[in-house]
Amino acid sequence: MKVRILGTGCSKCKALEQKIRLLDSTHHLNLDIEKVTDLREIMNYGILATPGLVIDGVVKSAGSVPNDEKLLTWLKGIQQ
Amino acid sequence: MKKFIEESPLGTVAVLLPLWIILYAMLQTIADGIISATGLPQGERLTEAVRFFVFEAPKVLLLLTLVVFAVGIVRTYFSPERTRKMLGGKSLFGGNILASMLGIVTPFCSCSAVPLFIGFVETGIPLGVTFSFLIAAPMINEVAVVLLFGLFGWETALLYVVTGLIIAITAGYIIGRLNVERFVEDWVYQIHANTAMLEETNPSLRDRIQSGYDAVKDIVGRVWPYLLAGIAVGAGIHGYVPENFMASLMGKSAWWSVPVAVLIGVPLYSNAAGIIPIVHALLEKGASLGTTLAFMMSVIGLSLPETIILRKVLKMPLIFIFVGVVAVGIIIVGYVFNFVF
Repeated sequence: MKVRILGTGCSKCKALEQKIRLLDSTHHLNLDIEKVTDLREIMNYGILATPGLVIDGVVKSAGSVPNDEKLLTWLKGIQQ
Repeated sequence: MKKFIEESPLGTVAVLLPLWIILYAMLQTIADGIISATGLPQGERLTEAVRFFVFEAPKVLLLLTLVVFAVGIVRTYFSPERTRKMLGGKSLFGGNILASMLGIVTPFCSCSAVPLFIGFVETGIPLGVTFSFLIAAPMINEVAVVLLFGLFGWETALLYVVTGLIIAITAGYIIGRLNVERFVEDWVYQIHANTAMLEETNPSLRDRIQSGYDAVKDIVGRVWPYLLAGIAVGAGIHGYVPENFMASLMGKSAWWSVPVAVLIGVPLYSNAAGIIPIVHALLEKGASLGTTLAFMMSVIGLSLPETIILRKVLKMPLIFIFVGVVAVGIIIVGYVFNFVF
């Protein structure tokens, strides 16, 4: 699964990336995680606030760090 | 604590709210208790400074926690996406009013200023309306309003909100009238994002209350050191600086004090939590309300980091116009208040 974290370096962006990497390793999800820092590329997803979370091309959240429960349903849900 | 909140967000509110009220009602008693326990002599300068601190610091922290929690819940009803939808197709003046008011309630962090700016401009929201939003959002925030309410009283808090709104509306309107589209970086207009990408979600009440707790953890967790430092410095000024010390520097008679306060305030970067307690103490020592208000607004509303971030989408002339128009607005407000009060 492709997971893209959109953010230019705000504290919430770092928090989201850390959270996803942690979930990835503790739940053995084998995610393809990439942080997107280029503004133009970020803007192509049409988000209005960072961090943005894109899973398999779909924007799941913007401007917030969703809780583990929510993240896991997204990260596991599509895998099934 | 975290477990309780997650299992029963509403139940936790039901327990914590009465506790909050009891604690708030007992603040004076507790502060007096601490003072007599330390055995500090009555009427001494040090005693007065410590008394000020042990009463004001917990009071403002309590108020801040409650308000940030409530605002955190209110903000779940407003998203940048929804705000953008509401501003679409609005005319210049009406749009400026709406954008300034939405700037207060829409969740906003200056680190997101660029995506928001592009997202607004791209859907055809006029530049001036976008600027009204970008001026109001950082200037009128819950931390500033709570501190003004807690330390100065509700009149000053209201005054700050109303004048902040007026500045955001008129500055945005003026910028909109100046035809500054050519000073926006060209690449901004080349972006054609898919604007309907984010799935609309309708959070449950449980989620909304959780957002309130998250906001407290995030905002109060971030500003409390500044707040305590600010109140400590304020307490020092309160106890040690002589009455009327500031009158000659920041008083009404010093006509130059308003522009100087703004000139110092614009590059100075602090959050509301650190600056308001200090400014409060200065007011007590003879600084005038207009000068104080102008200083506060320029520190909180215009910040160097945000301007640097905006430079990615705005060419230099527009950066200067933006800062210039807002600064002039703040100076006018400062003079008006010095004149009236």
